[in-house]
Amino acid sequence: MPQLEVHSIHTSYGLSQVLFGISFVVEPGEVVSLIGRNGVGKTTTMRSIIGLTHATMGRITFEGTNITRMAAHRISRLGVGFVPEERRIFPQLTVWENLDIARRPANNGNGWDEERVFSLFPDLRDIQSRPGGVLSGGQQQMLTIARSLMNNPRLLLLDEPSEGLAPKVVEDLRDQIKALKDSGLSIVLAEQNLSFVLYLSDRCHILEKGEVKYSGTPNDLRANPDVLERYLTL
Amino acid sequence: MGWAMPRGVLTTCILVLVALACVPLMESRYLIDLSTEILVYVLFALSLNVIIGFSGNVSFGHAAYFAIGGYANAILLTTYEWPLFLSFPAAVVLSAAAAAFVAYFCTRLTDIYFAMLTLAFSMLVWAIAFKWRSVTGGDDGFVGVNVPEFLNSRVPFFYFTLVIVTTSIATLWMICHSAFGQTLIAVRENLTRAGFIGVNTRMMRCAAFIVAGTFAGVAGAIFAMYNRGVYTESAFWTESAQVLIMTLLGGMYSVFGPAIGATTLYLLERFANEYTEYWPTVLGVILLVIVLVLPEGLVGLAKRIRGHIAGGN
Repeated sequence: MPQLEVHSIHTSYGLSQVLFGISFVVEPGEVVSLIGRNGVGKTTTMRSIIGLTHATMGRITFEGTNITRMAAHRISRLGVGFVPEERRIFPQLTVWENLDIARRPANNGNGWDEERVFSLFPDLRDIQSRPGGVLSGGQQQMLTIARSLMNNPRLLLLDEPSEGLAPKVVEDLRDQIKALKDSGLSIVLAEQNLSFVLYLSDRCHILEKGEVKYSGTPNDLRANPDVLERYLTL
Repeated sequence: MGWAMPRGVLTTCILVLVALACVPLMESRYLIDLSTEILVYVLFALSLNVIIGFSGNVSFGHAAYFAIGGYANAILLTTYEWPLFLSFPAAVVLSAAAAAFVAYFCTRLTDIYFAMLTLAFSMLVWAIAFKWRSVTGGDDGFVGVNVPEFLNSRVPFFYFTLVIVTTSIATLWMICHSAFGQTLIAVRENLTRAGFIGVNTRMMRCAAFIVAGTFAGVAGAIFAMYNRGVYTESAFWTESAQVLIMTLLGGMYSVFGPAIGATTLYLLERFANEYTEYWPTVLGVILLVIVLVLPEGLVGLAKRIRGHIAGGN
């Protein structure tokens, strides 16, 4: 059974429909990427999965549970973590407090706590008493991912994690996400940075106008420059 | 965030507490009465701050729980002749229950809709107090409250108020500095963000509302005994507006800001009433000053001045 199954979802903001029957699955431990230009529906797909914008048609199941119309906090408690774009931390709370409010013990006793989070993101250890609002973009991104890990998710949704970060920071972030993948965490990654996607993904889906236009492995994509040309170049 | 107070805050609290404990030694009835009333309003304003400053919702109807606490304590003490150790907790529980009932409906909404619904419920409480003359005394108020013998003079009542208010403020401090308080701040900062990290935001806002209603009930129960009566004005929207202005004047994002706001506004009202009958006009000017010049209240102003001095050095 797939860990996440997104089956033909249609999502709208009021009268404006954004997704037109998106479908894909995520197997346990897999990194699946959604790629495409701005406005193709990557973020809306993420928001539909986590329950922030409910799909009007179609079905989303996580580990066999139908989560299509479920509230975001209940989906999160089931084991789905969400790292939104633009690094949405709580600026008034310190780094440690940001982590602490998301703390949720793992069922198997081998979950994420602050020590494990700090070992993945050592920079956060030194700044744990600083308010979130004064951190750099890279530090805020690490904190957002770390905060999601404190929830002990079994599936992590990462929405454009490399956006707006310096190349060196993106490189570090890529290695940290790779470490998460190696730990067995399933990840759905929405990204525009192609090298980032190709390095991390097991399977990729290219989105265009709210539909999946192409699905394949990173090697398939590398072998199809015309696909990249058609859907990903500006 | 932990329960331990920063040293400066703790020292200030101890000094204020010692100063208050010494008030009866000055043998001024006026000063004892003034201090008792200020203590009640400090607790009332701090309770509202749990909703405004921590959960990020504006309530226009907080006076309802103050009035419910007051009426319940007064009626149980006088009509039913319950002893204080039963009537007081019962009044507080009733305020909490009323707050829970209102919170169930209000927390379905946010922003101005939330505020308007809190106002609507508080006006319902006012209307009940006004119309249910056989129980509440209607617009004549519920007068002649039976206060236990040991609290029947100024000084013991002042110390009783001091103990209850200090204990309540300490409890509020612990609540606001617990994991619950941290999570409330996260909810205040961004409901959506808090939701997708697993926080049941509606339940948190509901809990904050109940905590606030409970402590407003404590303040109301004390005030009814102090006044030897409860009047419908306690539930009227102007009372809710006054405590809201107290909270804004002190600074809603600081734990003790509303206490400073309550003290300042209460003293201003007392002194202004000696010179003019137009206190509402003065209050309007104060509100204008807060909105235009002091958005973070007096605590924010103090921080800005400290920042300027530190910058200058």
